[in-house]
Amino acid sequence: MSSLLEIENLRVDFGTRSQPLTAVKDVSLSVAAGEIVGLVGESGSGKSLTCRAVMRLIDQPGRIAAGTIAFEGRDVLAMSEKQLRDFRAHEAGMIYQDPFSSLNPVHRIGRQLAETLSVNLGLGRAQARERAIELLDGVGIPDPARRALSYPHELSGGMRQRVMIALATASEPRLLLADEPTTALDVTTQAQILDLLERLRADRGMAVLLVSHDFGVIARTCDRVAVMYGGHIVETADIATIYTAAEHPYTRALLQSVPELSSAGHPRRRGGIPGRPPELGEELAGCVFKPRCAFAEPDCAEVEMTLRAVGPAHESACPKRPLAAAASARVGAGAGAGTDAGAGGSGKAGPESVP
Amino acid sequence: MSAVDLVPGAGAPIVPAPSPSPSTGSWPRRIARAVRGMPLQAKVGAGILLFLVLLAILAPLIAPYGQNQLDFANLLAGPSGRHWFGTDAEGRDVFSRTLYALRLDLAIILFVTYIPLPIGVLVGAAAGWYGGVVDAIVARIADVMIAFPFMVLVIAVIAIVGPGVEGVLIGVPIVAWALYARLARSEMLVMREQPFMLATKALGYTDRRAILRHAIPNLMRAALIYSTLDMVVNLLLLASLAYLGLGAQPPNAELGSIIADGQNTLLSAWWVATLPGLVVVLFGIGAGLLGDGLSDGRRHGGSV
Repeated sequence: MSSLLEIENLRVDFGTRSQPLTAVKDVSLSVAAGEIVGLVGESGSGKSLTCRAVMRLIDQPGRIAAGTIAFEGRDVLAMSEKQLRDFRAHEAGMIYQDPFSSLNPVHRIGRQLAETLSVNLGLGRAQARERAIELLDGVGIPDPARRALSYPHELSGGMRQRVMIALATASEPRLLLADEPTTALDVTTQAQILDLLERLRADRGMAVLLVSHDFGVIARTCDRVAVMYGGHIVETADIATIYTAAEHPYTRALLQSVPELSSAGHPRRRGGIPGRPPELGEELAGCVFKPRCAFAEPDCAEVEMTLRAVGPAHESACPKRPLAAAASARVGAGAGAGTDAGAGGSGKAGPESVP
Repeated sequence: MSAVDLVPGAGAPIVPAPSPSPSTGSWPRRIARAVRGMPLQAKVGAGILLFLVLLAILAPLIAPYGQNQLDFANLLAGPSGRHWFGTDAEGRDVFSRTLYALRLDLAIILFVTYIPLPIGVLVGAAAGWYGGVVDAIVARIADVMIAFPFMVLVIAVIAIVGPGVEGVLIGVPIVAWALYARLARSEMLVMREQPFMLATKALGYTDRRAILRHAIPNLMRAALIYSTLDMVVNLLLLASLAYLGLGAQPPNAELGSIIADGQNTLLSAWWVATLPGLVVVLFGIGAGLLGDGLSDGRRHGGSV
């Protein structure tokens, strides 16, 4: 599998150099050409920062303290200003969570698009305008010629997100970084935006790194998932494996906290995860998930947070594999009731939710 | 005009406007629509300012007498059909003098307000965008400018170039850019965190393009609103300097000097100082209403 994007041992620090607060710790992740990779996790798990780091868009006082980011073998972190601008202009695009403030309120949307086209692709005025209208049409804006004359405040959230996607993909980048692109939208609009992303992937072979905290969004769209917790990637696998055979207790807990339509008849509280995620600067010995983990054992404090292969293209940061053990123990009687229900529940969820 | 375009009615409910493409049409129609959308107080304010500006421009046509035309038969005559604002101690028609004074004052005010504005906004925007050393230098220079007593600085400039309007034309912009720079800088610090400004980076735009084409059109709004206040301050400054004898030199009519002259006869002939004074007040009210109305639109519109 040839990787388009290869992140290795990325670390993002805040705070002073003598007392750094590490928000992203030793993250390694790869995205192949044409692949949609989901990056899922709670707020503050470092997923957005990882995404921004790829574009080197981490502002002071944050900084990329260690690691490498390679795009087609070229080191993004070593690029000069000029090369970086080129990289951002042509090879990677980015869309954001909040479509309400991601377009400049004083410019008509057609003009913003045309500007990008003429700056980044060198199109002439008339050509750029024409192409802008085509792009708006391409992202499903009805009556694009007239809509191009609208200001952002005249459009709905979903439409604005479409315009944003048109803008980010105007110069046909091979990688789109989508930082929670559907979080601010209602569910119907969300589905349309995800369809659009899938279509862009199919039409142009564009790879997408999709950041979300919503497993529903991830399940619907992604080929592969990386689960982040406390600045670490704790598990990565293809989508079907995550649903049917999650290895890391955090992944399992996260999956169990997703509400299901099928359980609506028997109202049952979805299991939340007790406790709270670690705070920035909170140094935990061993596994970062230990304080909240249902399977925690004293020696978890000595576990090193690295991904270990547990199956084909499946890696987990938990060396104890309590879920695999539970699954085999479940065959015999007397397994913990909670674990049993949990394992059964997500086993059922898998086939339904995976497209 | 795009800044005005975005001003919705004050307190208008936020509904997804199904209006037929509200941002199209010819220029006059768009301006008319923008004016209709302004809050009432902004309309009233703009109306007052427009009225005063028209009076100033048309002064030579409207004024019944010349600004220095003497009428010894009517010294200190009260307001009447012949002399609407009465006459002063030299028998000059106060109404005519007020019109010419307005003409001179408005020209000076527009210059000293709107020349420093773009300079200050540009410098402040750059400081806010780049941060770090650039920001530290600009912010400190601006602080020094603002910390210095304004009036004293202008008087010092006048001491160098001699009494007259030149002192104002030079002295005020030296300081005023710092006010706009500071305003633009603080707005920029907020705005550069906005996703649409991050997007300019993610789209690979140059800093120059990001600042000039994307940030400044948004910053201008705050600067223009502030400038309505600044105009009033400048008018008062001009009047104060003339009152001290450092502004426009006699016999040129200037609001401050007319008021200063009229002060001697305030008890016997109130109109000489009072009526031009009311014109100053009217200008202040007009500019204040316009600024207030526009910033109301800004608050309710919440477009940035």
